[in-house]
Amino acid sequence: MSGAPGTGTHPATATDRLQRLLALVPYVVSRKVVGLAETAAAFGVSEPQLVDDLNLLWCVELRSPDPYCPIDLSYEGGEIEVSQAESIDRPLRLGVDEASALLVALRMLAEVPSLEDRSALSRTIAKLEVAAGAAGAASAQVAVQVDDRGAGSMLARLRDAVQRGRRLHLSYYVPGRDEATERDADPMRLLVVDGRTYLEAWCLRAEAVRLFRLDRVLALTVLDQPAAVPPHAQSVDVDQGLFRPSPDDVEVVLELSPLGRWVAEYYPCQAVSELGDGRLRVSLRTPDTRWVRRLALRLGEDGRVIAPPELAGQVRQDAAAALEQYTP
Amino acid sequence: MAMSRRKTERLLSLVVCLLSARRYLTASQIRDAVPGYPESFDAFKRMFERDKDELRELGIPLETGTNSSLDEEPGYRIPRQAYGLPEIRLEPDEAAILGLAARVWRRAELAGAAAGALLKLRAAGIDAEETTQPGIEPRLQTGEPAFGPLWQAVRDARPVSFGYRAAGRSAAQQRHLEPWGVVNRHGRWYVAGHDTDRGEVRVFRLSRIDGPVSFSGPAGAVTVPPGTDVRETVRAWDTQPETRRTAVLRLRGGAGFGLRQQATGQRPDPEHPGWDLAEMPFSDLGWFGDHIASFGADVVAIEPADLREAVIGRLKGALA
Repeated sequence: MSGAPGTGTHPATATDRLQRLLALVPYVVSRKVVGLAETAAAFGVSEPQLVDDLNLLWCVELRSPDPYCPIDLSYEGGEIEVSQAESIDRPLRLGVDEASALLVALRMLAEVPSLEDRSALSRTIAKLEVAAGAAGAASAQVAVQVDDRGAGSMLARLRDAVQRGRRLHLSYYVPGRDEATERDADPMRLLVVDGRTYLEAWCLRAEAVRLFRLDRVLALTVLDQPAAVPPHAQSVDVDQGLFRPSPDDVEVVLELSPLGRWVAEYYPCQAVSELGDGRLRVSLRTPDTRWVRRLALRLGEDGRVIAPPELAGQVRQDAAAALEQYTP
Repeated sequence: MAMSRRKTERLLSLVVCLLSARRYLTASQIRDAVPGYPESFDAFKRMFERDKDELRELGIPLETGTNSSLDEEPGYRIPRQAYGLPEIRLEPDEAAILGLAARVWRRAELAGAAAGALLKLRAAGIDAEETTQPGIEPRLQTGEPAFGPLWQAVRDARPVSFGYRAAGRSAAQQRHLEPWGVVNRHGRWYVAGHDTDRGEVRVFRLSRIDGPVSFSGPAGAVTVPPGTDVRETVRAWDTQPETRRTAVLRLRGGAGFGLRQQATGQRPDPEHPGWDLAEMPFSDLGWFGDHIASFGADVVAIEPADLREAVIGRLKGALA
């Protein structure tokens, strides 16, 4: 894999630019006439850079058997037109990585119940499979299974509520506190991240943006009241990770035995260090330590709260109180 | 910059030249036609070899062959059929879905590939914008460093080896695998294949791979058995055999909300006012015991005895 051309900040190599030039000609040819500004935006380059690309294409010359210029184009008045493109008037075929990236993503979307128009999805997949040809075959070896437990009909109603901007009433289970909570929330959007579906909403109870996992929504009512998401409500930047610690959070340090290592995989940890013999020290930040107390009871001897000390004391009290229930 | 520009010009001329050729062109014919190669034939040959490699890396189908059996020297060309993306037309609703799909890998392993594919499809005349659909953000993340090499191994049918720390093991073990596929299940990445040390089908969780993944054989050395469904392989591995038993729990009034959702029967406990008795199915004693322990003094395991012992053991561990 040649990394991620075009997404990084490294300077473009000669082959990066060649790929762009080979796409640029068919881009213009398939649209007959297209504006400089629009094309520059489509290729993610500045207008002067695009003009330089066009000049480079126009200057291509083959010397033998007779000298000739295979590409003729103009960009007068800010409109690009290619009058002669020789043999590069079609884009290059999709590579295996390219075909797989799109096909795996499309099949993942097809898994999300009622997320998308199914017929449009299957039409798109079929057309892309044909266009990709043999390059699409490897995509069958990557699969994403979307967790849809109970989310089916709820998802359709939520999507509708997001689009129509309606306020919601949610009955939501918070496992860390073992509580069913009631709240009104103004929906912002739906996230499907790594196979799990979340509602992002302005929670009127917390007066903050919250993510609600759909498999924990116990009941949902779409209210006959418009949503009023405050202008300062900030969407979660999905690409930075769904759960970001806040400066007010408590830092919790845990030591884990080999059997408790799964904690580092299930919870977003700030730091993870090996202690030898498969033991692990992790630190995580959380606004509410009640779930950590429950986690520590679940772990038993496979996990130990190191900090903060008050939390370690609470865990011991919790364990002692629970054991009392078993003494006759 | 100037050097890079000259190289781009040369490569572009080479592509156009070989695409336009009706016949295989010899190296000398190419040198005569394409500007930018050095005068000395040896220097030209070296540069031409590198150029060919770079074009092939971009996926350009550069073929070698001869025009007739009398030709001694091989020639080169790029067949247009093999080069060009086949005709593809998408309706506006299909193009919108494609734009959405291209966002899925954003910042993850195949982000560059998805962007490259979208660029080619737009070059084919499709107006697919990588913009948000109102109200949805689908994403795949590949935080595990093993994803990249394992995808390459699966794509190129190459065997791999890696250190793996199985659940509960204190040290990583070196494993050898003929990988069949990568699967994301419940948000976690797995690789499935034939474990050549154990001679059996095995599934590995990517987050438990310790250290780098290395290729332990050439491309094409792995044969995926016909009819293999990697998704099903991972599902079967991840699903515990169901041996359902029934537990009796005592729950403090109002507590154990999540547990009550699963209960098959509930009634107030006559001997403990304010408490309820609930019957619950379970299959994995270890997991269920830990789960009961997490409720602390609010949930008490009454039956069966082994469940009760498991919970007490956990709580004692937390007390120590």
